[in-house]
Amino acid sequence: MTTTESDFALRLRVEDLYSEYAHTIDDDRLEEWPDLFTDTANYRVTTRENYDNGLPLAMVYCDGRGMMADRISALRTANIFEPHVYCHMLSAVRVLAREGGVICARSNFSVLRTMQEGETMLFAVGRTFDKIVEDGGRLRFAERLAVLDSRRVDTLLVIPV
Amino acid sequence: MSSAVASFDFAWPHEDTSRAPFRVYTDPDLYALEQERIFQGPVWNFLALTCEIPNPGDYKTTFAGDAPIIVARAQDGSINALVNRCAHKGALVCYKPKGNVREFNCVYHNWTYDLAGNLTGIAFKKGVGGKGGLDADFQQGEHGLQRLRVEVYNGLIFGTFSEKTPSFRDYIGAELASNIDRVFIKPLKVVGYHCQVLPNNWKLYAENNKDSYHASLLHVFHNTFGVVRPNMGGGVKISDDGWHHLSYTQRESLGDEVVAKEKVRSLQEQYKLNDVTMMEHKLELGDQITNAIQTVFPSLVVQQILNALAVRQIQPKGVDRTELVWTILGFEDDDASMQELRLKVNNLVGPAGLISMEDGCVGGWVQRAAKADPDAMTIMPMGGKNIEASLGSRVTEAAVRGFWKGWRECMGV
Repeated sequence: MTTTESDFALRLRVEDLYSEYAHTIDDDRLEEWPDLFTDTANYRVTTRENYDNGLPLAMVYCDGRGMMADRISALRTANIFEPHVYCHMLSAVRVLAREGGVICARSNFSVLRTMQEGETMLFAVGRTFDKIVEDGGRLRFAERLAVLDSRRVDTLLVIPV
Repeated sequence: MSSAVASFDFAWPHEDTSRAPFRVYTDPDLYALEQERIFQGPVWNFLALTCEIPNPGDYKTTFAGDAPIIVARAQDGSINALVNRCAHKGALVCYKPKGNVREFNCVYHNWTYDLAGNLTGIAFKKGVGGKGGLDADFQQGEHGLQRLRVEVYNGLIFGTFSEKTPSFRDYIGAELASNIDRVFIKPLKVVGYHCQVLPNNWKLYAENNKDSYHASLLHVFHNTFGVVRPNMGGGVKISDDGWHHLSYTQRESLGDEVVAKEKVRSLQEQYKLNDVTMMEHKLELGDQITNAIQTVFPSLVVQQILNALAVRQIQPKGVDRTELVWTILGFEDDDASMQELRLKVNNLVGPAGLISMEDGCVGGWVQRAAKADPDAMTIMPMGGKNIEASLGSRVTEAAVRGFWKGWRECMGV
């Protein structure tokens, strides 16, 4: 892909989307999180072990924005867990390709989790593989696959990564 | 048997197993003794599935308690379980989680073993230039990898260190074996793995699975969406010796009245799913059972939750840490729509499971609270003091009391 000014502009918009995604979660504005996806988007969290071995299982598997909203309402009203917050660290954002209206991009992330009692730990490290589209006058994820490097999840994963 | 704990001093402080001292979760001496008397004692440790090692030379590594284990398929198709520790210096022989090999080779000093664990090669056995090497009386045949007895039941591979462990079917009893027959009716395939680190002693998770009392109270998602309501039919089956159990529910309504009276916190009628496809259940096992959670003492859980099939292996990692390894299963002949259904319903289980995640934190809460007072006791009074099956009700701790009976019998306390 040759680099043109419009590629730079696109990359900035993609980086903005990634940052907005992180801030939406880290600010605990989780009800807004599904809005970062298209209506029929697919959001999955898996591990490198499953991904590398071609195993389809996901820890979180949301097919469409409805399932994402269900995750958030379950978190707010049903699931029991110790309150905690995330801080996302994003890096290595790249636009890999533009195919028709679909932007293929990837990023690296780490998530620091701080529990209500004060313990901060490195909770998750991994990569995202994303398909992004123009939708309703802005960029949204049509597909987001978060691949955690570790097979181990400490205690539980309730807030999306 | 030589004890791992020289100054062992523990007596069960109550007349039956309706109480247990908190020390059982926090005492490192008891943890050490459990390795010897439970995991290396007269139990069947779940190790792997045959579908994970389909070809000769395939192996995977796992654990039986703290003991690192290699499970390997030999050239003749037989399955071996070997302690993953070189007979020479004690290094891990296999440091990768899985693979396919002709033989096992310890990289430290290049000692080699065949797939049955026999020591087949020793580097510089005769020394170099006539110097060094082994004494003439070194018995190579006595230095293989330690072998476990192996039994395969419906695609599940078990290993035991003890000659006293009865056959697997006798171990869990015909009634509970029939649930394994029921769930694993066809050739299996692995859909994926999860691993969840639990901040608690392994027994708190083992008990949690046997505790059918908590399910509708802690797991709010359950009730809200009708996966399990206390008024569904079902019950608890317990093996004659109390060690193993099955808790199940099936579609048959006993009326809503019972639940309403108890004002279960979780019945929030206004709470609806946007997308209910996750909760669809395609009957595939020839009956109306929607949930079946089965334990095989000490470390296996066999799970059917709707179409989410799994085996969960409990791996103790010290007195206050446990790894729970979920192997999520489907059948070899699943078509694309069945696979899609399994992927969706698996939102319910695993570390992010909408109905299972709470089990990841409650054990930790007990662990933290137990530490301060090891001689205080947890009480398990629900359903009396018996260790008996309960048909029609899951509001009982009988299977938990059965777990402690098994624990005491193995530990000799």
